[in-house]
Amino acid sequence: MSDITASSKAPGLPEEWREPLIWLAILCTITALFLPLAFLAGDDGIAKPLRSPSGLCVMLIAGAIASVRFQSWLGDLLLFLSSHLTAGILLFMVPAYSGAAGWGFWLLLISSWLLAWQLVSRLSAHRLEGRLQTLLDLAIPIIFGLWLLLLWEMVVVGAGVPFVLLPPPSQIGARIAESLPLLWADFQQTFLLGVLPGYVIGCSAGFVVAVLVDKVPFLQRGLLPVGNMASALPIIGVAPIMVMWFGFGPGSKIAVVVIMIFFPMLVNTVAGFAAAGNMEKDLMRTYAASYWQTLLKLRLPNAMPFIFNALKINSTLALIGAIVAEFFGSPTVGMGFRISTEFGRLNTDLVWATIAVAALAGSTFYGLIALIERRITFWHPSARG
Amino acid sequence: MTTDAMASPSSTVRPGLLSRALSGTFLPVLVVVLGIIAIWYIAAISMNSTFQRSLDARAEATPTTIEFIESTLNQERPVLPSPHQVAENLWDTVFNKKISSKRSLVYHAGVTLAPTLLGFLMGTALGILLATIIVHVLSMEKSLMPWIITSQTIPILAIAPMVILVLDAVGIRGLLPKALISMYLSFFPITVGMVKGLRSPDKMHLDLLRTYNASSWQTFWKLRWPSSLPYLFTSMKVAIAISLIGAIIAELPTGAVAGLGARLLSGSYYGQTVLIWSALLMAAFCAAMLVALVGVADKWVRRRMGEKVEAGS
Repeated sequence: MSDITASSKAPGLPEEWREPLIWLAILCTITALFLPLAFLAGDDGIAKPLRSPSGLCVMLIAGAIASVRFQSWLGDLLLFLSSHLTAGILLFMVPAYSGAAGWGFWLLLISSWLLAWQLVSRLSAHRLEGRLQTLLDLAIPIIFGLWLLLLWEMVVVGAGVPFVLLPPPSQIGARIAESLPLLWADFQQTFLLGVLPGYVIGCSAGFVVAVLVDKVPFLQRGLLPVGNMASALPIIGVAPIMVMWFGFGPGSKIAVVVIMIFFPMLVNTVAGFAAAGNMEKDLMRTYAASYWQTLLKLRLPNAMPFIFNALKINSTLALIGAIVAEFFGSPTVGMGFRISTEFGRLNTDLVWATIAVAALAGSTFYGLIALIERRITFWHPSARG
Repeated sequence: MTTDAMASPSSTVRPGLLSRALSGTFLPVLVVVLGIIAIWYIAAISMNSTFQRSLDARAEATPTTIEFIESTLNQERPVLPSPHQVAENLWDTVFNKKISSKRSLVYHAGVTLAPTLLGFLMGTALGILLATIIVHVLSMEKSLMPWIITSQTIPILAIAPMVILVLDAVGIRGLLPKALISMYLSFFPITVGMVKGLRSPDKMHLDLLRTYNASSWQTFWKLRWPSSLPYLFTSMKVAIAISLIGAIIAELPTGAVAGLGARLLSGSYYGQTVLIWSALLMAAFCAAMLVALVGVADKWVRRRMGEKVEAGS
């Protein structure tokens, strides 16, 4: 951000060497050389400090300096290799030092992370053509996400965080692979039997009511403020009531989902119908188009961005509604049930596995709708830009 | 997002109700609300009638239709309590109990509102901070923004109880864990809104500041921040509403001690439907008040900034 002003003021260091991240990483690595990597218990039971491997440090520093020397793709590659190789080696070593990691370890981790950050900021400055740019835009958040997992794993294992509090991602992954049938059954119960039917019913109900209300401006004026207020209400609180009414089965989950997503759909659809411009409406009038023709040919397509906005908001709301409703009562299967019972039994890895499944389901659902939106509202400025 | 007309709860109390009633939104809203109450009554009668019939059969009573309807609306533990039952309970627990007593709904609302507000403030601060970083650092925008969006597809509300219990195990108790849930929920709309807001200044204005050789710090305070305020308040309205929801859900696992969420839970344990509904209405009232409060702050700030606030926002 401020590199332009900085270059005009500070004399001395050549331009390409003014990389605070690089210098910080080098500083961290040099300090790490003099600090213990870990404290391992010796034969006599006394913890002995273990020296940081100097080869690793040299590699980090070499990678850092080389990346500045080569501003091209070669520099990026060297940066990538040095930071990720170090991280990989640390990851490989960390189980042996579980809970005994010293300052050297943390400093090395920090400096490899700093180099990865430098890599990401260099990558984001690149401008490529077409397909390659899309790939790059995809790679940047993926690197970021991988580092998040990596740091999680290292901190949890290295600092010896109790398993009950936060299991490392590797363990969660193993648990997912181990209990796939169980997770699949939960997914079926909650997502396929609860979320999906509720989503379809709720969204169509909101849409149908919006179409009906559309003919009566009076009702429309009344429903909009009420609907807007209802979207701000803690509607999720009806979950216990619905469980009382419809029992522990999927019925109550569907009901909660329908109630939660009805108003966002209604409000957005009504707003969308109002979005068609007067010019276009007049044009339809000159064509002597009937109400339904205008609705189908002009106002519905115009309302699509709004409708998809509601569909996207609702996709996450529906999942939340179904899971929370399961806290108030469910058969012995389902994601909400799994989270609450397994946590009670301190099987935190299974809880996190369920959360991972829920997150994956939620993002996939959202992503799918966003994809359909792109196909349908290709004409909208936000999709073109 | 459905944020634009959220000022509606405050719009009904503005002066000149009669003139607004004829052309504005007051009368239609009234009709819709009355309609909802009517549907509620009809639903209450039909849903409670099965139980009432079996009650009558056991007592060998043959009530007339009017009597029957009357008794369906005044059951002790109805499937769906009638509006006046809920209103009575609300009145009783709000005005007839000492505020400090555990039977007072005001006390429970207060217990919920404290973490709501704290979480909202923390979420707003975090949201603004993230937005500022995202706007100023290109690599952060590219790497962070997709994950911020993904973070919201994770049903955090669904794991809120677990987060609370984990924090409890570490020794973080009381206000903070609930506030953290509220914060997690409320930072998102603020971040998204503020990124838009901080980018909203005209290219012309940005260029002008560049010709003044303004630092990015100066550009931020003199141009970006003021022009982002409308966006900030719009997102704050959304954020404060979800932060209340977060606080309510976060109360569920604490063993139903105090707060609106605890009221909901204990109501569902003991089949006290009237209790649940009055807690729900109280929560709705709180939400409306909080959103209205942000709306008032919004108007005040805009007036201070010299903007003419037009009627009917």
